[in-house]
Amino acid sequence: MISQVFILSSKGDHLIYKDFRGGAGNDIVSIFYEKVTALTGDQPPVVMNHKDIYFVHIRQGGLYWVATTTAGSSPFTITEFLNRLAALVKDYCGSLSEKSVQMNFALIYELLDEIVDYGYIQTTSSDVLKNFIQTEAVTSRPFSLFDLSNVGLFGAETQQSKVAPSSAATRPIQSSREQGGKSEIFVDVIERMTVVIGSNGLLMKADVEGEIRVKCYMPSCSEMRIGLNEEFSIGKSQLRGYGAAVRVDECSFHQAVRLDEFDSHRILRLCPSQGEQTVMQYQLSDDLPSALPFRLFPTIERDNGGRLLMYMKLRCDLPPKSAAINVCATIPVPKGSVSLSQELSSPDQSAELKPQSRAVVWKIARFAGGTQLSALFKLEVPSLSSASMLEVGPVGLSFELPKITATGLQIRFLRLSPIQPGPSQRWVRYVTHSDSYTIRI
Amino acid sequence: MPYLGGEETVRELRRALSNPNVQSDPLRYRNTILKVIRTMSQGVDVSGLFSEMVKACATVDVVQKKLVYVFLCSYATLNPELSLLVINTLRKDCQDPNPMVRSLALRNMTNLRLPSLVEYVEQPLTAGLRDRAACVRRVAVLGWAKLHNLHPSSEIDAAVVNELYSLLRDPDPVVMVNCLRALEEILKEEGGIAINKPITHHLLNRLKECDIWGQSEVLRVLQRYRPQSEDELFDILSLLDSFLVSPHPPVMAATLSLFLSISSNLPVISLAALERVSGPLLAACGSGSREMRFAAVCHIQLLLRSVPGLLGPHYKRFFCGYAEPAYIKERKMQVLVELVNDENVAMILDELKGYCTDVNTDTAQAAISAIGRIGRSYSDRCLQILTGLLGLKQDHITSAVVQTMRDLVWVCPQCSDTVCLALDGCEETLQDIQGRQALLWLLGVYGERISTAPYTLEVLIDRVRSEASLGIKMELLTATMRLFLCRPAETQDMLGRLLHYCIEEETDMCVRDQALLYYRLLHCGIEKTREVLQGRRSDPSLGVLIGRPAKPVSQWARCFNTLEPLSQGAVEAESDSRGSPEHVTYNSKPNADLSDTLSCSHIEEVHSGSDSAMRCSDSSTNVLASSIAAPLSLSLSPAVSPEDFEHLWLQRQALHTERGNEMEGYIEN
Repeated sequence: MISQVFILSSKGDHLIYKDFRGGAGNDIVSIFYEKVTALTGDQPPVVMNHKDIYFVHIRQGGLYWVATTTAGSSPFTITEFLNRLAALVKDYCGSLSEKSVQMNFALIYELLDEIVDYGYIQTTSSDVLKNFIQTEAVTSRPFSLFDLSNVGLFGAETQQSKVAPSSAATRPIQSSREQGGKSEIFVDVIERMTVVIGSNGLLMKADVEGEIRVKCYMPSCSEMRIGLNEEFSIGKSQLRGYGAAVRVDECSFHQAVRLDEFDSHRILRLCPSQGEQTVMQYQLSDDLPSALPFRLFPTIERDNGGRLLMYMKLRCDLPPKSAAINVCATIPVPKGSVSLSQELSSPDQSAELKPQSRAVVWKIARFAGGTQLSALFKLEVPSLSSASMLEVGPVGLSFELPKITATGLQIRFLRLSPIQPGPSQRWVRYVTHSDSYTIRI
Repeated sequence: MPYLGGEETVRELRRALSNPNVQSDPLRYRNTILKVIRTMSQGVDVSGLFSEMVKACATVDVVQKKLVYVFLCSYATLNPELSLLVINTLRKDCQDPNPMVRSLALRNMTNLRLPSLVEYVEQPLTAGLRDRAACVRRVAVLGWAKLHNLHPSSEIDAAVVNELYSLLRDPDPVVMVNCLRALEEILKEEGGIAINKPITHHLLNRLKECDIWGQSEVLRVLQRYRPQSEDELFDILSLLDSFLVSPHPPVMAATLSLFLSISSNLPVISLAALERVSGPLLAACGSGSREMRFAAVCHIQLLLRSVPGLLGPHYKRFFCGYAEPAYIKERKMQVLVELVNDENVAMILDELKGYCTDVNTDTAQAAISAIGRIGRSYSDRCLQILTGLLGLKQDHITSAVVQTMRDLVWVCPQCSDTVCLALDGCEETLQDIQGRQALLWLLGVYGERISTAPYTLEVLIDRVRSEASLGIKMELLTATMRLFLCRPAETQDMLGRLLHYCIEEETDMCVRDQALLYYRLLHCGIEKTREVLQGRRSDPSLGVLIGRPAKPVSQWARCFNTLEPLSQGAVEAESDSRGSPEHVTYNSKPNADLSDTLSCSHIEEVHSGSDSAMRCSDSSTNVLASSIAAPLSLSLSPAVSPEDFEHLWLQRQALHTERGNEMEGYIEN
């Protein structure tokens, strides 16, 4: 049971406040904000209480999404609800930010009214909600086809030569019917990698969490069929085909997915509802089919002048035609490092010393597969001792791998039946993110 | 931002709202109302516009209607009389052919929260229960709950309750779940809705139709049901099995709660359910939402209390991501400590070692104390890491390491040799109070084995005048006394100076009394002093090291799937890194044991382990005051709350008079 829901900006401005049960004091929002800001650390704990009012909050889009409740409530339900609420707001407003929430507050009140009654969650399905929601979304940036700034993100498998603009998937779902219906459907295969590589270069741990997300802008979509790789298998025992198998450990589906063709042909059938939904989630541990995307070869030594020399060789083991973007390596350095001088192997890299986080941050905007970059960092550390070397590492790497899935999962085809009248566009995108990619030194 | 010019804004809005030109243009009218709501949600009091807004309510534009209702529901309680005007419009809307308008009117009618309007609301609500459209029935059902809570004392018509019971069979699953919720509220006094066998089976059979919110609600209500036979129990369990491994954490958690409550006297079933649920829980630990991760990790900690080895093979899932927030990292480390076994200890220690130099000092200290806890079973490896960390010469790391070593020595006395060697030179890096206190304790207790101990103390004694912390002074006194007992020649002079300073110049009474106490104790002779000061060096309750005993599921089943595991827990694991070990190792004793412990040890104490200074002086005064010849040790007694203490004290006084002679016997033990 939820007593109140409110949304605060990171500065504590009240954006949305809805009291479902009544009886709460007026100062409840400020009490929450005081508690949140009084805590130290990068993010305060999820649950806080004031007398017998419990606050559960999440952070998304730089906003606090807060629900107040009683001690006996399920944390899973409340957290999932807040996540779902944020997702719905994102669907309806196009994007998630302080500005979009501020501009669409009437829409959000309307949504909240339909989602929750008297503190009880009624429905969060966008199929049901679309019948009730009347307010139109206001977007700050007009949608333009010519916004092609970030092309690299998209692999257009079904539309060979065309590439969708990056903002295509960040528009409100409802506008489609008024704007004459650009009926589009986006299928995203998103994977998150968690990797630990030991100091001896051996792989200690590799996890991949993946999901297939469908974002549908079709006013009325009939059945959709998504074909996965034929040799896709679940679990260790079940191997299919003779080629390199695409294997996952565990796999779960959205309840609307019909699996009658899954066992024989690896086809998912569903009728997507408007907005974004996760159709399938899967997870693979330890046993990656392809080589790890990055290897690091560090050499660390002290020179005579009491400086710390770090020679980093970073190799990208992706296939030659693909590339990683937004690669960022965070190298912890000894406390008291004063200054950094650097020699980087190419001009499109940058590196800087961040004293407050005690790290050297090495950024590479684009890193082509099969290549190798190197950097020499010279650090001035006044109090350098042999033990200080212990403080160097582990290196954290964050990156995006467009058009690549770590598990090898591919979408063979995407069919809508019956064939949609008028121009309908189908987009398939693949991306692998680093959840946490740690290389010990 | 109209924070300051609130009144001005309200006046302007009123002018716009009552402007006939605006009223005749639907778009402008709607925009003006939008402005009102925007001002309202920014925290400005716009209740003055109530009558203008009531007028705006009579419109065919649904969007405008919704906006006005948002306003009316927020301010109705301030304007009960004016709200009567709205009721007519609302009642008219309840007859509207459009079901959306009907449900909207009904919902807002009940959301006004005005007791005076109840008589007008009852009739549309009764009609709403029989409406053709499911969305109206959903609202009407909850409307009765709202009505009941406005007048908790008045009885809701029995006919309505019966109707709600019959609506449990409504074809719409949300109506069914709403009926459950409404009945729970209306019948709260009778303990909620009557869950009998037919209702239970009906609900279970329809569970698949509900969405995840409905499922979790139904499963929660069903926890009250007790199956009549074992066969029925197993039928229910097998029906629910697929929900237990649901990919949605709320459903999974609610199902496990239900499993644990209905099979509470069949431990085998509970354990099997825990095993089955570990997969989805682990998946939730890797969820994209960090809040969900946190909830899952906290609940895994509960599970591990009963099945310590449950997730042993999956320990890698609890390695921390470098971008994770500190509070998740801390919980994950606590889980890692629980999962350590012979196979994975090297991997886990290697991982934890990486966290020790984390930029976040809390994470670094948590990692160090986690290594210390693993050190209770694998002391050599851990001590090697800890000693290595001292070489970094960073104050927060050194402090955490010294505290961890002190705690480790207290439970594993065999580590003391390595610890004594490692301590050399630490005093220069240590800055914070807890770390220095820990070092002083170690110097006092193991002074004879640390060659530099007297010199370290001497430096501190020379600086005692500028020392601000009470705790340090007390600890310094005790440490110097202890060191004097084993190395009198080197320590005598500095002890004299310290005692002189503390008795003659110190202004704090605690320190002064403590010093006086030691001074008089020394007059009683060396033997007496030794008896008092050289107590135990290790935790007497720990014999052979064994793993944590598995606790019964029932101990935590009640708080599973509540907010409790998320808000506490950190406290529990943290407790033994603060204060001297003698004072904290006992504080988790259940109350039942208290009286036993008390009658065995002679000394009672009031305070919990926070202020070691106070308790030392208290207890030692007791020792001296009661000149009983039996050997006494200092302060080995449980922490008791003041009320418990008073109760026990009075009880013991009574006992004392009765069996004064027997007491001597007890103390000998």
